Amino acid sequence: MTQRHDFELIASWIPEGSRVLDLGCGDGTLMAGLATTRGATGYGIEIEEASVLASVKNGIHVIQNDIEDGMTAFEDNAFDFVILSQTLQAMRNAERVLNEMLRVGREGIVTFPNFGYWRHRMDILRGRMPVSRTLPYKWYDTPNIHLCTVKDFEDLCAAVGAEILDERVIHGGRTVKVLPNLLGSTGVFRFRRKP
Amino acid sequence: MADPQPHSVGAVLAQRAGFLEPLILKAGKTLASYELVYETYGTLNAERSNAVLVCHALSGSHHVAGWYAEDPKKVGWWDNLIGPGKPIDTDRFFVIGVNNIGGCHGSTGPGSVDRATGQPYGAAFPLVTVEDWVASQARLMDRLGIGRLAAAIGGSLGGMQAMQWTLSYPDRIGHALVIAAASRLSTQNIAFNDVARQAIVSDPDFHGGNFYAHKAIPARGLKLARMLGHITYLSEDLLMEKFGRVLKRDEYGFNYDVEFEIESYLRYQGDKFAQVFDANTYLLMTKALDYFDPAKETGGDLARALSAAKAGFFVASFASDWRFPPERSREMVKALVASRKAVTYAEIDAPHGHDAFLLDNPHYHQLVAAYMDNVAREVGAGERRTALVLAATELAEMRGYGAGREGA
Repeated sequence: MTQRHDFELIASWIPEGSRVLDLGCGDGTLMAGLATTRGATGYGIEIEEASVLASVKNGIHVIQNDIEDGMTAFEDNAFDFVILSQTLQAMRNAERVLNEMLRVGREGIVTFPNFGYWRHRMDILRGRMPVSRTLPYKWYDTPNIHLCTVKDFEDLCAAVGAEILDERVIHGGRTVKVLPNLLGSTGVFRFRRKP
Repeated sequence: MADPQPHSVGAVLAQRAGFLEPLILKAGKTLASYELVYETYGTLNAERSNAVLVCHALSGSHHVAGWYAEDPKKVGWWDNLIGPGKPIDTDRFFVIGVNNIGGCHGSTGPGSVDRATGQPYGAAFPLVTVEDWVASQARLMDRLGIGRLAAAIGGSLGGMQAMQWTLSYPDRIGHALVIAAASRLSTQNIAFNDVARQAIVSDPDFHGGNFYAHKAIPARGLKLARMLGHITYLSEDLLMEKFGRVLKRDEYGFNYDVEFEIESYLRYQGDKFAQVFDANTYLLMTKALDYFDPAKETGGDLARALSAAKAGFFVASFASDWRFPPERSREMVKALVASRKAVTYAEIDAPHGHDAFLLDNPHYHQLVAAYMDNVAREVGAGERRTALVLAATELAEMRGYGAGREGA
């Protein structure tokens, strides 16, 4: 995994002592970091056995489950934040996952590779599926089945009744202010269910 | 003598502790006095913070790790998990194995002599529950000078005890490792247990539980109970792979003799078990399984039942276990999450069925090791002195079969 600049941004949004659910927690780096720097409690959800082991080694509370049918284990508003970092694009039913996030968390945070990033657009113009730092897989061997652009995700938020509280497009650790959907490689959204 | 098992705790001795303070049982009866046999491995540290209790399942015992000098082949039932450098690392943890009351490996049980009568208890031995076992284990911890367990671990019925520790003594346990268990048995599971019990009690040699006086053992009933249980502890795929439809002879005999390999295997396992296990203990253990249900007192609300717990939980299930399937573990995890407990859950992809919790599986053992490493840091037991030692993989697990592993 390359350096995860989205983690720094996420951490800046999490108040001290928050209760957090990290969907697709990988090796638990984000949760472990939030526990250390923010005193956050909660769980990581992960399906891959090697990642579950890595998460235990990182000292986080990890629950091995499939995000797409595993969130029924959580009650409404059980968490302050539900985080889905760099995982949305691998979901079979991204809309349902988003709805579940809105149900179990007061706020949701989603980060995803921006398909609208200019390098991806160039690859398409050249007649090729994009392969980049944020999308490192070949088209025939990728877990990413639902790629979207920053604008597409805005539309999905509107469709599921999510109010966007913060929206950044970042690249190389910096927030892209000019033409973000073109110049930024990673979308980072914070949202909640419309009151 | 050369070490017959690498990374073993070595030759061990069973110890015995007598308790004269009566134990009031959940059934309303009282056990006036009792003895517990136990083994310990590793060293209790100066802070007394590194104790790990291992709870056994239906047919297990206090002999958890190591071997006996007089019988080096009698290796502890969880020796692949416990020892120097192993997942439960005896270089750092003080590990205690105890035979439960009602057992037949040395602790007071139905086959013990009742001081009041001078005869074996037999049918007079009271039914004991998971809660009673935990209470008796706590007294043993008192005796050993252990105020608080770093962890309790168990599989199946043993997992139920680890869970009960967190409810009976929330301030005396740091972590519970609840493996291939359930917070209560399913209807089907109770049904299996009753068939096993009926096999035993309908054996003419059972004599209403007082077979000791008749110098008999209800071996036929116990054998059937074990055969039934054994089938349910293994997955269908594993049985198919291991035995298939292989015949002992080339052709069908058109009679009721042993023909298929699986018949031969099960009968052998059943016979062997019936020679060493006590029928009353089998009955009692299955009832303890059936009765366990912490949510019974909260109207079925497990989250509320678990709210007293302060421990961290490690819950694990095995994908092919249909006797204690992952669904039962997920129920526990859901309740633990709902009551905001620290919980880690792993669903291990193992093909062996329920018995997987006893077998060599590197991923499973690495998970336990990683979790216990965290526990060690928490209680000041330090880091591993040597790299983690994992039991050989592949079909080395097959040593579990025929070697008399304990099952549920």
